[in-house]
Amino acid sequence: MQSFLKSGKLGPANVDKGPSTSKTPKKSKIVPWVEKYRPQTVNDVVEQNEVVSVLEQCIAGADLPNLLFYGPPGTGKTSTILAAAKQLFGNIYRERILELNASDERGIQIIRDKVKSFSQLTASGTRPDGKPCPPFKIVILDEADSMTHAAQAALRRTMEKETKTTRFCLICNYVSRIIEPLTSRCSKFRFKSLNESMINERLRLICKEEGILCEEDTLKTLVEASGGDMRRAITCLQSCSKLHGTGVPINIETVLEVTGIVPQKWLTDFIEVCKKGNNMNAVEFVKKFGCEAYSASQFLEQFNDFLVTTNTFNDKQKAIIGEKLGVSILSAIISRYLKQFFQSVNYFVQDGGSEYIQLCSLAASVIIACNS
Amino acid sequence: MSLLWCDKYRPKDFSKLDYHKDQGMALKSLTKDGDFPHLLVYGPMGAGKKTRIMCLLRELYGPGVERLRSEVMNFTTPSNKKLEISTVSSNYHLEVNPSDVGIYDRVVIMNIIKNVAQTQQLDVNGQKAFKIIVLTDVDSLTKDAQHALRRTMEKYIATCRLILCATSTSRVIPAVRSRCLCIRVPAPTTEEVVKIIVETASSEDVDFPKKLAERIAVMSERNLRRALLMSEACKVESDGKLTPDQNIAEADWLVMIRETARLILAEQSIAQLKKVRENLFELICRGIPSEIIFKYLLDQLLEQCQLGLAAEILENAAIYEHQMIRGNKEIFHFEAFVAKCMYLYQNVLEEMKCDF
Repeated sequence: MQSFLKSGKLGPANVDKGPSTSKTPKKSKIVPWVEKYRPQTVNDVVEQNEVVSVLEQCIAGADLPNLLFYGPPGTGKTSTILAAAKQLFGNIYRERILELNASDERGIQIIRDKVKSFSQLTASGTRPDGKPCPPFKIVILDEADSMTHAAQAALRRTMEKETKTTRFCLICNYVSRIIEPLTSRCSKFRFKSLNESMINERLRLICKEEGILCEEDTLKTLVEASGGDMRRAITCLQSCSKLHGTGVPINIETVLEVTGIVPQKWLTDFIEVCKKGNNMNAVEFVKKFGCEAYSASQFLEQFNDFLVTTNTFNDKQKAIIGEKLGVSILSAIISRYLKQFFQSVNYFVQDGGSEYIQLCSLAASVIIACNS
Repeated sequence: MSLLWCDKYRPKDFSKLDYHKDQGMALKSLTKDGDFPHLLVYGPMGAGKKTRIMCLLRELYGPGVERLRSEVMNFTTPSNKKLEISTVSSNYHLEVNPSDVGIYDRVVIMNIIKNVAQTQQLDVNGQKAFKIIVLTDVDSLTKDAQHALRRTMEKYIATCRLILCATSTSRVIPAVRSRCLCIRVPAPTTEEVVKIIVETASSEDVDFPKKLAERIAVMSERNLRRALLMSEACKVESDGKLTPDQNIAEADWLVMIRETARLILAEQSIAQLKKVRENLFELICRGIPSEIIFKYLLDQLLEQCQLGLAAEILENAAIYEHQMIRGNKEIFHFEAFVAKCMYLYQNVLEEMKCDF
């Protein structure tokens, strides 16, 4: 007990850090930039014009349909609906929304009990302070694609019956995982992958606000690496600045390290080794690559980009390799070379196959392609 | 003290790290203002991921993090199944391997993180405002569990930070990856391993021949933990007198896998398949993870089979290995792979006979 009480506090060495910051600034410091720079109003959301205009009309007084947002991660789906809810309901928005995400239990039982009872409550058309506000509540089902089909089916009738008092907003990455009856009850909005210039602009704004020195080139690399994912770009920027400490400009090496991009050298070496045509050497190379801990899926992605643009291989060779990579673009262009098996290393790796074995097998087919 | 070398000489401070010193310094500056994002530490086995995590925790909270206790937590799944999972924790952090409970890992993630995250620290000035949860083996989490992590990571960031530890990021969903600062920990180079072995031995007052250390470094495949264990084993075996070309004890299972590969190539028949099956069964029963058996079996097959079959074997290995991971009875997939290899091998042999 004694030791427990004692160890509850930090050692004297670190105590002096604590009192120097008072309670409030410390709290604000902890907020990551992704949260800090979340759009506050619907207008702040970039690129997604359709949904913004619908929500704006709703804020101006029109009715809101049930919504289904889908699109790749980091395009502002959750941000949009949260910002809209804040604008619609003002300071009582916490009472008016029910947010359920994949971390909550969302089995059929919860849909039947919690969601149903929440949606049956009537909401008044005025706020406590007398201002008008829409007479409904919003149920936000975030990451809806990880809900079971049974749970989704349980939503169907609830959604229709309670239209007077409740609107639903489903958010997911893959619309194909939502059952048809649900999608037909919602107006669908696709969130586009963000334009690079948009991300660049946003990052520059953050850099200015936070006082970070960052070269234009570095910023460009960061944006390219993020692949249209705003959250990833902002997290990377914050991580880079953290690793460097304040006042030091961010350099390209850190960006590459943080984003986990495989250096070009490995790609060219991989091709070289494969061209020599010895399987055992290729296996050795893959072993070495594994020790460097680069992500195999990242390697495959970059290898794909490289493959599409390179002149080292002719079209037929590209087809053989591309088929192995499981790349649809390539096989679509030159589909007449499609062989009997349709096996994709990329899919296997992401689905849990051993990176080592999958990369070896890729190497083997590159070797075959080189010899053909 | 009867600690193993690899535990006894594990660096406890960023300044004592033997390799990746720049990265160590970067991590140190990360903790400087007492705040950091979620981390995803990834690298091959024995590269020092855990060492770096412990260093980081120590840097943040002081020596208090080394006062560990282990606890068994109980959970009930929605389907009323009772689960038990053991955790290691100090006053500041909690370490858990959710994949211990198999497909129920989502329940563990939901309960543990929410429990820890919803407790606020009373005295924010005296101590850090957040606790740390270390999740190991993140790449073997189910997709459901990883989805459960997503919003939780954002919502409770004020009270709890996650450190995820994985061997590779390929199996971590992009949504989780984009919320973390990814830290790559490559394996030490062979020279670094040699240097560390010699240094460790000299602080144990053992004169370690450099040649032997080099051989161990190569055999351990740059896995530092394995290298240190092997060198300690060598020292025990040799009664204090180490010679450069002494025999390095090889793990029994490796020998057995080599034997299995030899059996496959020696004869292709149903009876032989049965023998191979016995061997494989034995290996699985002894608790060797099936991915590792597969990897080494493939290595051995490629090495021993000289008929230019490598490409085909590799291709089939890719298919069967993937199926093995998806399925849940490893032995079937092993047998299928072995049978396929035998078939391929026999075909080539017969073709050669025809040529004569």
